[in-house]
Amino acid sequence: MSRERDPGMSLIVKTITRLTVGLILLFGIYLLLHGHLTPGGGFAGGVIIALSLVHVMLAFGKDKAFEVLSVSGAKALEGIGALLFLAVALLGLAWGAFFLNFVPKGEVFELFSAGTIPVSNIAIACKVGAGLFSIFVALVIMKHEPTEKE
Amino acid sequence: MVAIYVLLGLMIVGAIVAIEVKNLLSAVVALGTVGLMMSILFLLMKAPDVAITLLVVEILAVIILIRATIKRDVEVPEEKDRPIGGLIALAFLLVLTLVSAGAFGELPPFGEPQMRVASYYLDQGYSLEGEPGGTGAANVVASVILDYRAYDTLGEATVLFTAVVGVLAVMRKVGRKKDRLATAKEPTEEGGSA
Repeated sequence: MSRERDPGMSLIVKTITRLTVGLILLFGIYLLLHGHLTPGGGFAGGVIIALSLVHVMLAFGKDKAFEVLSVSGAKALEGIGALLFLAVALLGLAWGAFFLNFVPKGEVFELFSAGTIPVSNIAIACKVGAGLFSIFVALVIMKHEPTEKE
Repeated sequence: MVAIYVLLGLMIVGAIVAIEVKNLLSAVVALGTVGLMMSILFLLMKAPDVAITLLVVEILAVIILIRATIKRDVEVPEEKDRPIGGLIALAFLLVLTLVSAGAFGELPPFGEPQMRVASYYLDQGYSLEGEPGGTGAANVVASVILDYRAYDTLGEATVLFTAVVGVLAVMRKVGRKKDRLATAKEPTEEGGSA
């Protein structure tokens, strides 16, 4: 079982992962989109999205995971999330105050309500998901270096 | 209230096990149980947002700890008897216990904070469009962290961004590998000659 060359797990784990990883990703997206209606929000949803990527990486190895989201893609997504959140803040400044909720608020308990809050949730989820995934990638690659040397 | 104290006691036991146990994997698992009990504790205190976030972050932290630390050689330093250090620690614990016993007696009772700012958010948080302070979000927690107190969330996001940049900078491969191989070669050559 050469873990360094082909770090995938057994057939059982791969089959179960194929079934579950989509559901995990879907649950993360649900949590972040309904952050202004139910408990959860951008941070938890982003971490669950990162966990689904980590799930793929643990079961199939890092090459397969990088097909879904490469390291440069994760870096770009993290930057986009941070800039989007900052853009929400600065656009509020144009309407009068930092982080002003300038979008029409709609009906309570509807999916499209609460103004800028869903946008901020999506921005934070991008940032947190991509950021934690790239931290995981960095630590796993660091783990492989000493084993190659010996 | 009993459940909270039971969970707190189990958290302390888990933390002590994590310190004392010799196997690194067992220590990581014990640390994970501390986090899980913390998230149940938040659920009992009616903070499901925090409970979900803590649970998810705890799972990711355990996975990262297992993948990144278990296979590496972690040198455990030899334990020596240090009677003076132990005495100093005991004295410090005694002082801390006395001071905190006095300080916690002064706290307001549970669920009755002295700061009344939050009651405004609870009243206004989910009011409709026409009213001036409302956000229209059904989840009041979301209306606080992303509207009333969004500046704090921006700072938190900046902290996370800085942490990611720091990890990527420390763990990067570019400009690092050659240096490390050179330092790794030197001791083996010396060992061979000696």
